[in-house]
Amino acid sequence: MNVKKLDRAALDSWVDSLIARQKVYGVQARGERFAFAPLARAEDLRLDYDVTILPPKKYFLPQTEDLVTFKRSGEYDSVLDDEPFVLLGVHPYDMVAVNQMDAIFSSDNYDVHYMTRRKNAAIVVCDVQNASPNVFAGCMGTATVKDGFDVLLTRIGDAWLVDARTEKGAGLLEGVSAPDAGEADLAAREKVWAENVEKLQRHKLNCAPSDIPDLLEKSYGHPVWEERAALCFSCGTCTNVCPTCYCFDVQDDVNWDVETGKRSRTWDSCQLKDFAIVAGDHNFRPNAADRFRHRYYRKGKYVADKIGQIACVGCGRCVTGCVAKIANPVEIYNRLMEDK
Amino acid sequence: MSNVVSDTGADRKDIYLPEAATVVNVQPMTAMESFFAFKLDSGRELGHMPGQFVEVSVPGIGEAPISVSSSPTLKGLFQMCIRRMGNVTNHLHKMKPGDRVGIRGPFGTHFPVDTVMKGKDILFIAGGIGLVPLRSAINYVLDNRKDYGEVSILFGCKSPAERLFTRELAEWSAREDVTFDETVDVGDESWKGKTGVITSLMKKPVFDPKSTVQVGEELSKELMPALEIKEPGNTIALVCGPPVMYKFVILELKELGVPIENIYVSLERRMKCGVGKCGHCQINQYYVCQDGPVFKFADVIDVREAI
Repeated sequence: MNVKKLDRAALDSWVDSLIARQKVYGVQARGERFAFAPLARAEDLRLDYDVTILPPKKYFLPQTEDLVTFKRSGEYDSVLDDEPFVLLGVHPYDMVAVNQMDAIFSSDNYDVHYMTRRKNAAIVVCDVQNASPNVFAGCMGTATVKDGFDVLLTRIGDAWLVDARTEKGAGLLEGVSAPDAGEADLAAREKVWAENVEKLQRHKLNCAPSDIPDLLEKSYGHPVWEERAALCFSCGTCTNVCPTCYCFDVQDDVNWDVETGKRSRTWDSCQLKDFAIVAGDHNFRPNAADRFRHRYYRKGKYVADKIGQIACVGCGRCVTGCVAKIANPVEIYNRLMEDK
Repeated sequence: MSNVVSDTGADRKDIYLPEAATVVNVQPMTAMESFFAFKLDSGRELGHMPGQFVEVSVPGIGEAPISVSSSPTLKGLFQMCIRRMGNVTNHLHKMKPGDRVGIRGPFGTHFPVDTVMKGKDILFIAGGIGLVPLRSAINYVLDNRKDYGEVSILFGCKSPAERLFTRELAEWSAREDVTFDETVDVGDESWKGKTGVITSLMKKPVFDPKSTVQVGEELSKELMPALEIKEPGNTIALVCGPPVMYKFVILELKELGVPIENIYVSLERRMKCGVGKCGHCQINQYYVCQDGPVFKFADVIDVREAI
């Protein structure tokens, strides 16, 4: 399918037609910030957003989700959420993060809860128009994204290029009649992509992302972990807002009938003090510095070794969210580079 | 990565869905531990290997990772020695035969009973509740005794009251084809056996020629460890115990000449999901629930936070 060119009115009527057909989540204003939320009408959609408070991972790995139901007598049943939905306006760096999570949840042990949601989602990516204050996706190679999504939207002046990349994406665009984008439009889109690499570097990383695993390998005893962690509240904000964090806790709840109940999982954080405690209260990472360092090693080394990419996409949410202002990965990696 | 969503895993099984199992038998073992036998309601064998664990669910309470302590050579049911420590294990201790639990697994790596260990001399070193996962391997080896060389079992725990599997300890001790030795950190009035930490079972006592006071014949026999490593290079050591035990035991093994690559350890972490997702059991690059709990010691020796 060729890239289509729509004006804003046509784009809005396409979005409204999607809403009429199925569940649509899109980016909307929340005070001065933005969030993904159920979209009621096209005019609420804010494709000019800089970054959302929480990443779109919440639609695949919700803050809390039921995994199984049970009877006290001992029968268990799976709970699967298989409602199709459209996720509208995902930024490229967040799409890269979704691709990484897909790799994690589909490999080794297939996570049918995550993957059922993921396969029922149609994702519309939107190239970034406005850089957020702490974004550094341009340094992480995630200012643009090549795959994993169904439709790509790019704003060119007052017009929108709409590019269906999959059959599912073509299905979303069924019935949209719009002219094909011309050579000049496609060239303009290339220019947006090139510009976004530069634009999305509010912090500048002094090395290539691929240098990070080796850099960390040599930096386990570096003083930066203790120095930064001395200010850490171990609050877990950095992991909650992270598009590539996926650790969870599991809990049982009994219903009011005291006979049935459900087991659910909830986002957890390796920064919380109890995270690595085992029976007998032995804590394998009792100090904030151990936990603080663990997060960077997990992003920059452990998961990276597993999936072949650094598990940081440069969204900058942890930089913005950190109460103590110690969580900026670029500052840490640059410091390690200096002292290498 | 882009093909993930076109994957046709619609009918894949749910890795979080427990399978129903029934308590067949419960026997109190110590003040803290009871010994359980379970049977899967489907009738299938658990299919585990020694050293693996399962996630045990008590409906409404939660799930906990627990080592299987029976050998796969035991058919029809599987056994677990469970210490009451948290919510799940305390509720398990209230259960009676006929009560139902959920089981997921078996998960994780196992002791190489069917590969590396075959034909070798085997040394089991268990500290306290570390005997629980090792018992599976011990019974596997004893049930296939002819497949292995010398078999030695060392067991240490804090006090006589904390000794586990006492009937079996006596059986192992009585066997001609097993070298068995044990100690408690602190004895009581009734304790006739050795006292001292587990490494005292691995050391040859040092006799001071200047002090003859202690070298009575009976005393020296008692002090002499039963353990004799004839061919350290041909010996495979399986070690399981509390975190503090590992470094001392491994130093002694080194002293005895057992090559580092012949040592296997079982590590404990908070294995919440058992399937390498939830993050709780991670030690550096390893997920203990997937890459462990049984590790070659040589693979974790340089891994910080591991031991």
